[in-house]
Amino acid sequence: MASAKEIKTVLFGPIFANNPIALQVLGICSALAVTTKMEKALVMGIALTVVTAFSNLFISLIRNHIPSSVRIIVQMTIIASLVIVVDQVLKAFAYNVAKELSVFVGLIITNCIVMGRAEAYAMKTGPGMSFLDGIGNGLGYSVLLLIVAFIRELFGSGTLFGVEILPLVSAGGWYQPMGMMLIAPSAFIIIGLLIWILRAFRPEQVEKA
Amino acid sequence: MFSNNDSIGKTFFVVIALCLVCAILVSTAAVQLRPKQVENKLLDSQKNVLAVTGLLTEGNIKELYTKHIQERLVDLNTGEFVDMTPASYDYRRAMKAPETSIRLEGADDKASIKSRANIAPVYFAYNEGVDSGKLSAIVLPVHGYGLWSTMHAFLALDNDGNTIKGINYYEQGETAGLGGEVQNPKWTAQFVGKKLLDESGAPAIKVMKPGNANPSSAYEVDGLSGATLTSNGVQNTFDFWAGAKGFAPFLTKVRDGALNNG
Repeated sequence: MASAKEIKTVLFGPIFANNPIALQVLGICSALAVTTKMEKALVMGIALTVVTAFSNLFISLIRNHIPSSVRIIVQMTIIASLVIVVDQVLKAFAYNVAKELSVFVGLIITNCIVMGRAEAYAMKTGPGMSFLDGIGNGLGYSVLLLIVAFIRELFGSGTLFGVEILPLVSAGGWYQPMGMMLIAPSAFIIIGLLIWILRAFRPEQVEKA
Repeated sequence: MFSNNDSIGKTFFVVIALCLVCAILVSTAAVQLRPKQVENKLLDSQKNVLAVTGLLTEGNIKELYTKHIQERLVDLNTGEFVDMTPASYDYRRAMKAPETSIRLEGADDKASIKSRANIAPVYFAYNEGVDSGKLSAIVLPVHGYGLWSTMHAFLALDNDGNTIKGINYYEQGETAGLGGEVQNPKWTAQFVGKKLLDESGAPAIKVMKPGNANPSSAYEVDGLSGATLTSNGVQNTFDFWAGAKGFAPFLTKVRDGALNNG
């Protein structure tokens, strides 16, 4: 097993230093779709973290036996099976959220983060570290999703986790919600701004022109 | 066993072994969790029926439901009750399968749902319990296409079969915050007390442009702002399900007193 410092880098590095969405710009499609509400974003983040962690673990376990000619298919099969299991578990234990998320849980299969980590990390590294790498990248994704969802839900609906924060005009309050926050393009703009802020503080993330 | 990872034999071996393991994993999860999922679905539907009649209180949903709700099946073509166990009837499957539904085309398909089941469940709510025999509401399942999705709702009518007691959109995939507001209780509240049908028995609910509805009118409600197509979908849903291809034959029978014998 690797040193404590290495573990820390693998686990927490993807949150700000090497964020899969902000730096690698992977997994954007679902980041646009599930960030209208905090609750959705949280469940999606957890689901993706579980899938990435376990797909990394299983792929790493059999990495020395995967024929290179079919390795993408092997990875896909493992990821797809895990996604179906997660979807089934959600339907059984978190029915209301599963109903809202259903399509997007299925789409974790095509989420570039899962495939990207399997191909770039788990194929070359031992199972323990791969598992942590999966959790780390899942966390990075979840944190960014939650930040975006926080902004969108607060300004778009005046609520956080469904609890009213800013009383809406339509309910006799003073806050006129920003309808634009609830449609997908606003997530693009917010993620763009977040990337800008992140790179202003960490100039090493800026690509060479 | 294999000298080379990339040999044809090893490739086949790995792929087949992996598929077997994954297949077993997925099917085990699906089979094991199935009863729980079915139960969730049923509970969810029961909760929605209770909610639209205003009978949903804290407590065990199953108990509340058994106490207050009676489920019957109705032949939509004739409006007569059908003698079948409602619990074993899968409405969602029946509305798609060709042998248990009719195809809707052109002007008939007002709600853009393509086909309609021959038999639909209806729910009778009794505020004082089913045993009391004092019917307080009739709940009809309705659905229609909005902008992006088929929107499913329960529509509760008073025992006159005409006055709306509530509507509850429990399943929809409209734009969150705009069309998705069909679920908002503040919006659905304006349907309460409106009349489903006019004096001649034709569908009469009018979803107006936001702010244009006359509050004293028995038929007009405000549409959703920023969601014209979803509002049109709601209008179409009412037009269809209150019409001849929808629940009209059944509702006619209700007004003629069919419930007293049934």
